Amino acid sequence: MPDETNSAPQRANDSMGKILLVAVSLCVVCSIIVSTAAVALRPLQEANKTLERKRNILLAAGLYREDEDIDSLFEQVEIRLVDLASGEYVEGVDATAYDQYKAAKAPDTGVAIPRDKDVAKIRRRAKDVPVYLVRDSTGLRSVILPVHGYGLYSTLYGFIALSRDGNTVQGMRVYEHGETPGLGGEVDNPVWLDKWQNKLVYDENGQVRLAVVKGVVDRDSPEARYQVDGLAGATMTSRGVTNLIRYWLGEEGFASFLAKNRAERS
Amino acid sequence: MQQAEAERILLDPLVKNNPVILQILGICPTLAVTTSLATSLVMAAALTSVLALSNVFVSAIRHYVPTNIRIIVYMTIIASLVIVVDQLLKAYAYELSKQLSVFVGLIITNCIVLGRAEAFASKNPVLPSFLDGVGHGLGFSLILMTVGTLRELLGTGKLLGYQFLPLVREGGWYEPNGLMLLAPAAFVIIGLLIWAVRSWKPEQIEKPQYLIRQVHRTEVL
Repeated sequence: MPDETNSAPQRANDSMGKILLVAVSLCVVCSIIVSTAAVALRPLQEANKTLERKRNILLAAGLYREDEDIDSLFEQVEIRLVDLASGEYVEGVDATAYDQYKAAKAPDTGVAIPRDKDVAKIRRRAKDVPVYLVRDSTGLRSVILPVHGYGLYSTLYGFIALSRDGNTVQGMRVYEHGETPGLGGEVDNPVWLDKWQNKLVYDENGQVRLAVVKGVVDRDSPEARYQVDGLAGATMTSRGVTNLIRYWLGEEGFASFLAKNRAERS
Repeated sequence: MQQAEAERILLDPLVKNNPVILQILGICPTLAVTTSLATSLVMAAALTSVLALSNVFVSAIRHYVPTNIRIIVYMTIIASLVIVVDQLLKAYAYELSKQLSVFVGLIITNCIVLGRAEAFASKNPVLPSFLDGVGHGLGFSLILMTVGTLRELLGTGKLLGYQFLPLVREGGWYEPNGLMLLAPAAFVIIGLLIWAVRSWKPEQIEKPQYLIRQVHRTEVL
């Protein structure tokens, strides 16, 4: 049912004053609605994100059970802060409330990474970074390390779980990224992430060897235990994953912490 | 508004004037999110609510909108609604919102929403505009759910996570068709739907834009 009364008043709306008035008031109303929604829903969204992080830590360590409550499963995980420069645990700080990404931005808790060492292209990192430890009856079962680095369009955030030797990968998870769905976005595909299991990080000389290769890993080559299949159609994202592993498990990252842990046990 | 009129506005977009298979709008989400029925349902609900509400708001302010900035005005309203829906999903359906990733945000650019704002809501009172929005939303949802059901069932043997067709690798008889989970399968299914509906309702068949004229050798040009 067309509205005949429409055309006359609408032409009267076309004065400059009316245009500005409508535009400004619409923007004000819309921004109030949008920001109210964002602010009111933030606590719920934050809770979801925390839960998602916990779930991915459990997934990386292979401890996640679909039918069990994430928070109660997470009780077996111990959170400690590690000073990356020395590889020592930091005492006297509440690690559960610590946010390393916030700490990285502040001048006193973060450090700028020299350009030639910034393989993961993250520019700054926190001095102290949380690690997640899981123990069983025989001692340390897994060390889960948070990792992040730049892919093609976005920063990838993930967790890598190592077994007690500090070298064998128990699992890998990427929980947040903004890569192209279907191509680089496949970086969070559990089928691909499961291929990381039982790969080795360091070679005999203690260098990070673990890398994502282009194409499919040649299973007969001696290198195969350090290599993960590349993501089809996502060379740059695959390279980003290799870089973030090299950075976070290398000298700048957790290498000294892992070495210290190994020394203590032997 | 008469009842018959209301019914026509609400029910026409379901089959007779369906936005996806007759107007061929909103194909992008129909390809992208229909790999499972659950994501299709959430996308359908998100689009229907955005469409109904944007039609209501556009219609409510239709006498005050200057004609030369009207499209921007509609886009602002639509974008605000989409952001609110996206925030709600992130708060209450986090897992699904991760699966839908960018596609909820892309409702802003969905031609159906802007199309209805411009073609209907800007010229009609609030109630019919609301019904038109709901009707077109449901028409879109109907196609999304049909495609989502077929793709999830044939691609994985499951529906909403329950195993309906027992898989060969788990001792059943159904070999899942991996092609169904890729975007081309959605094209094929939409094509078959268009064919089926147009066989049932021949008045939907469009006149060809050109006729290919065969010239025979014996004919003098």
